[in-house]
Amino acid sequence: MNRVYHPFWVIVNKEVSDHVRSWRFIILIVIIALTCMGSLYTALTNIGASIKPNDPDNAFLFLKLFTVSDGTLPSFVVFISFLGPLLGIALGFDAINSEQNRGTLSRILSQPIHRDFLINAKFVGALIVIGIMLFALGFLVMGFGLIAIGIPPTAEEFLRMVFFIIVSIFYVAFWLNLSIFFSIQFRQAATSALACVAIWLFFSVFYNMIINLIGKALSPSDFASDYQIVHYQRFMLNLLRFAPSQLFNEATTTLLMPSVRSLGPLTMEQVHGAIPSPLPLGQSLLVVWPQLTGLIAATVICFALSYVSFMRREVRSR
Amino acid sequence: MCQPVIELTGLTKKYGDFTAVNDLNLRINKKDIFGLLGPNGAGKSTTILMMLGLTEPTAGSVKVCGINSTTHPIDVKRIVGYLPEDVGFYDDMTGIENLVYTAQLNGIRKNEAKEKAGQLLERVGLANEGKKKAGKYSRGMRQRLGLADVLIKEPEVIILDEPTSGIDPSGVREFMDLIHQLSSEEGLTVLFSSHHLDQVQQVCNRVGLFCKGKLLADIELTEQQKREHGLDDIYNRYFEGGKDHE
Repeated sequence: MNRVYHPFWVIVNKEVSDHVRSWRFIILIVIIALTCMGSLYTALTNIGASIKPNDPDNAFLFLKLFTVSDGTLPSFVVFISFLGPLLGIALGFDAINSEQNRGTLSRILSQPIHRDFLINAKFVGALIVIGIMLFALGFLVMGFGLIAIGIPPTAEEFLRMVFFIIVSIFYVAFWLNLSIFFSIQFRQAATSALACVAIWLFFSVFYNMIINLIGKALSPSDFASDYQIVHYQRFMLNLLRFAPSQLFNEATTTLLMPSVRSLGPLTMEQVHGAIPSPLPLGQSLLVVWPQLTGLIAATVICFALSYVSFMRREVRSR
Repeated sequence: MCQPVIELTGLTKKYGDFTAVNDLNLRINKKDIFGLLGPNGAGKSTTILMMLGLTEPTAGSVKVCGINSTTHPIDVKRIVGYLPEDVGFYDDMTGIENLVYTAQLNGIRKNEAKEKAGQLLERVGLANEGKKKAGKYSRGMRQRLGLADVLIKEPEVIILDEPTSGIDPSGVREFMDLIHQLSSEEGLTVLFSSHHLDQVQQVCNRVGLFCKGKLLADIELTEQQKREHGLDDIYNRYFEGGKDHE
């Protein structure tokens, strides 16, 4: 209680308590909790049907809780990939411009703190809230699943779960950073929220359409060599990977479905002789390492942009 | 102690083609109450922002107690309290909480900060409003809370940017008295900007007349001068003169 806190942690402290008390966060948490319960319900009703003979993923029954769906309601993973960006955007879109509009920005920056403390603390504060929330949700789903199906997760399944949640946090962190960047760029909170949502919609709806168009234009003829077809497939996949949601989906499916061995096309020679068995956790992590690096890099780029525009800008009152 | 407290040398700020502050030289000594007087858009706020390192000068330098504001803003902000024009507070926090937050950013312990915040609120006449949310404060109360906010870090210099805009005349009078009292009791150096002549001459012992980014005059005001003719004729003379140059 009576310690001298570093000013950075004073700001983080305030940010966290602001988020937790805000209506915005309560609404979000209710939406996300409800959808998670919904997806858990569909997973539980369909988990029996999902067990097929000779499926290498059968050993990881527990992980199916997160990925199984009968098509009426998306699975947990799909929900997180859809609502995660919304969560990140909601916690960041008015980070700096609301301070400016309330006239508190110049007051805070005239205190003896480094300027980057403010954006760093905004980021860290929101990230702490998101992290705790995602971990709590993930563990809740695990707990309910445990009660319902009665089979405890193995240590590996548990670790895969934890890594899945960590990847989700990185994913949300990207959107959080993007929205903080827009909150620095635009004076009006509504503009910055709209800009974030526009980018989110672009990547989740329009980007795939554009890629399909490009794909049709470039598709090789029926007589193309195998090499050309593989090359084409790789190229299309790499185009898709510019969307953060694609990186996230690839990373999470690999982590939650241990039988996934590669995220690109494989030739018959490469598959020849391979036994259809699940990969150990370390190998799955190796497979998704590039995706993770990509996500982190995108986050860092947004952060760098925020830095550049915020550090040297003139801070006027209102 | 450092002499002079604030030293501006050849300070210039340009926004594209527009020169907001033009080759400004100024020295402010300890315990001065210095009034920056000038019409809107004269470059007063820009000068103040440069003193705090909140914006970078195009040329020249600002030194506060011998510390360069552009290269070492943190050290400057440790000893300078700044009350921005139309100060804002976190509306969902009480007056005391807002002050405690500022104090903590200055490295003061929470318990100590609470005690200090209580004392300061009493001092600025908000003793009974401390537990009220800052969003419910009137303009004048916000301005007084702002003064408490500036004082909680125990600064050596306080800089007030148009502190009286939007307050009614009796509120202004109280506010100015408060500043005067603080400066004489705590030995603070005060710099404040205003476009109200009468407010400046009420409390300041030195006045800088500011127009179009230039310092037109730097006048020492004695008690006798204040009583007899005030600044009116000087003001008029200089601003008429300023127009002649165009």
